[in-house]
Amino acid sequence: MNELLFVLQLLIFPGFLFLVIYAIFAEWLDRKLYARMQNRVGPPYWQPLADLIKLFSKEVIVPRSAGYYLYTLLPYFAFASVVTAFFFIPVWSPQALYSYQGDLVIVAYLLTIPTLVLSLSGWNSATAYSILGGIRCLTQLFAYEVPFFLALLTPALLLGTWNISEISQNLPSFLFAHPFYFIPVILAFIVGIIALQGKLERKPFDIPDAETELVAGPFTEYSGRLLAIFRLSLDMEMVVGASLLSAVFLGGAQSFLGIPGFIAYLIKTLIVIFILAYIKAAVARIRIDQMISFGWKILAPLSLLGMLLVVLFQKGGIL
Amino acid sequence: MTRPGAIWREITKNLGRKPATVLYPKERLPVPPNFRGRPVFDPEKCVGCKICERDCPSGVITIEKIAEKTFACTFSLDRCIYCGQCADSCPRKAITMSQIFELATFQRAQLIDRKEGVPPKPKEDASSEETGKENQKE
Amino acid sequence: MSERLTLPIGPQHPLLKEPIHFRFTLDGETIVDADIRMGYNHRGIEKAAEERTYIQDLYMIERICGICSHTHATNFVQAVEKILNVEVPPRAKFLRTVVGELERIHSHLLWLGVAGHEIGFDTLFMVSWRDREIVMDLLEIITGNRVNYGMNTFGGVRKDMNQEEIDETLKGIKILEERTLYYEKVAREESTFIARVSGVGYLPKDIAIAYCAVGPTARGSGVNYDVRRDFPYAAYDQIPFQVITSERGDVLGRTLVRVGEIFESVKIIKYALKNLPEGPITARVPRKVPQGEATSRYEAPRGECIHYVRANGSEKPDRVKVRAPTMANLMSIRHCLLNQQVADIPIIIAAIDPCLSCTDRLILLKQAGEKEGEILTWEELRRRSIAKKPL
Repeated sequence: MNELLFVLQLLIFPGFLFLVIYAIFAEWLDRKLYARMQNRVGPPYWQPLADLIKLFSKEVIVPRSAGYYLYTLLPYFAFASVVTAFFFIPVWSPQALYSYQGDLVIVAYLLTIPTLVLSLSGWNSATAYSILGGIRCLTQLFAYEVPFFLALLTPALLLGTWNISEISQNLPSFLFAHPFYFIPVILAFIVGIIALQGKLERKPFDIPDAETELVAGPFTEYSGRLLAIFRLSLDMEMVVGASLLSAVFLGGAQSFLGIPGFIAYLIKTLIVIFILAYIKAAVARIRIDQMISFGWKILAPLSLLGMLLVVLFQKGGIL
Repeated sequence: MTRPGAIWREITKNLGRKPATVLYPKERLPVPPNFRGRPVFDPEKCVGCKICERDCPSGVITIEKIAEKTFACTFSLDRCIYCGQCADSCPRKAITMSQIFELATFQRAQLIDRKEGVPPKPKEDASSEETGKENQKE
Repeated sequence: MSERLTLPIGPQHPLLKEPIHFRFTLDGETIVDADIRMGYNHRGIEKAAEERTYIQDLYMIERICGICSHTHATNFVQAVEKILNVEVPPRAKFLRTVVGELERIHSHLLWLGVAGHEIGFDTLFMVSWRDREIVMDLLEIITGNRVNYGMNTFGGVRKDMNQEEIDETLKGIKILEERTLYYEKVAREESTFIARVSGVGYLPKDIAIAYCAVGPTARGSGVNYDVRRDFPYAAYDQIPFQVITSERGDVLGRTLVRVGEIFESVKIIKYALKNLPEGPITARVPRKVPQGEATSRYEAPRGECIHYVRANGSEKPDRVKVRAPTMANLMSIRHCLLNQQVADIPIIIAAIDPCLSCTDRLILLKQAGEKEGEILTWEELRRRSIAKKPL
């Protein structure tokens, strides 16, 4: 009986189906907020779903220059890794569906896979735009990945645990008990948000699929069902990224169980999505060389500073 | 001093604003009074000088004589560029530009707008009030 | 030597609003060679102009370009008026200036939005185009249409402005001025915007002169040249204004020149509307134009536009030649593009504000191994090219 319940949880709530629905909603919300910030009307609520249905009903064209099996398999690979990452994040209870000591690292690595898949698919498509997009994907990865990991590790270092569920349960009470630690956590949160913007390839870091230069970057040759899977996995990556940040820095579902916990989770992820949309609207796309120097000269030192502060506070006994 | 997000004030204001978009079929913007829309032919005034026909940049207008001092005008609106030169050229102001602009149609034939003058009835009934009736050819 | 990648852009590409073909040779992300091919948009307008009467040509030439339609119409009208030797009434000259400057504002705001879009700053794109609607509405109120205004006729303008329209215009450009001030502030302060335009597409002054760059492209490189001041037409000799230049030479310089020109245009419109002379708006002109030829210059929003008209004494021109500003500026693009990054391609191309439908004039089809073509006399060329069935 318990096994059946677990499978249902995996597949429906708070697992796969919930993730898909929330991802579609998040895409709509992101587009709508972006539109309203630009004083436009924006898409109706069913637009992302309609886009998906349309794409699913279209023909898949595989370019002759691409390796067929890799080309068709890669989108599913990205999809699966993002869904897997979601299972480790608490949604409606203090405990995630599946959690153990060290799952923070697993999630961080699972979230790297879509970027690698994108780069590989761009390279595999073997056309000028997609190759350039693929190269940029990988180059960009080096700029934001280290700051992102370091930012995620700051609360872990603080609490001495590598378990996302434990971090989200204990962080708020710990912070309110020791307000000095707000400084490194906020610092790490800012770095995390900016790096997540890079991970999701959104402005100002949408360099790999800069439409005015590279058409659609790595996706240029993708069409139909495969493109739909890719888009869906990027939307889900946004939800998982937002959930991860809210779990690690904002306390996620905290220690509430059931509906209050779920509401706390929703509010916090929506705040993160709002911040992501706001950043997207406020800046221009930067160049890849500027991105690298920004990542290493500003983001990485900031995230290291956060960790340093945690260590200093702990060693210095400031509570 | 440069900083990222210098446009933040506009973005934040926009969040509270009504979108600037006019949702066209539901809302319509008013058309200014001297807008150049569909040309309208008044057969009563036409004297058949055909200056409009000669000046029209895209050969839209055909004036035919259908009876003594009575003329028919055909606008091939599918070609019309709505410059209003015909209205300017007409010495009797028999052509005026209206404010009608929603002329899109699926059939080209619907854009051929023919208007005929009514020949003045001989003798007594010369002051007929009736203006030409609007036919849609084909 | 590392392997080089060829990146074709166009004729269909999200970067381009109109068809043109670029072929870049890349070394990593750096451009080592650029090749520009045009000719996808040839419409044979010059030839068609020989088949129509002057008054028909006026409207066709107005439609050479959708953005700077007043430019082409005024330029053509001026050339014909020069042949006819008619004096345009002062009120008409002022009205032409007002519409021309409104058009400049709308073109520069449009450019600002496009530049924002090319570097991924879509918010700037959306809001500057939203505010561009103000000037579009003004143009619609004054002339009766948002584009292809149909304001000009030989010997003057077709529509007068009444007091109500003048008030409306003054009110509208006041809002525009405030909005433009805000955008200028954003363009100067937004660090991601500055990072993308500062130092990009550098065009030194001597190269700008050597490649005959015109308009904001040249003025952004410090070439102090403006047809409005140096060869005044319409009412520009009676209106005080400044020519905006920038010594920067990069895309930021061109941006600042364009934004500065919006403010100058606002000043010109205010001055012209406050000092609008009374009197007629048209002078009488004959339908037939006597034999003669004339060249007319006009400072389009994109730079100097030249029209050449030759009349043979009939109702139709013998030859019409249009040199659009983009033609002059395209030559400098290659220099700007070399040794730049791939990411800079869109903004460098957009920085000259290319209008390709204005530019494409001639198409040459030549097969490999083909002999030199035959030499035709003018009469023979005319005889062969006259359409069998005139419209």
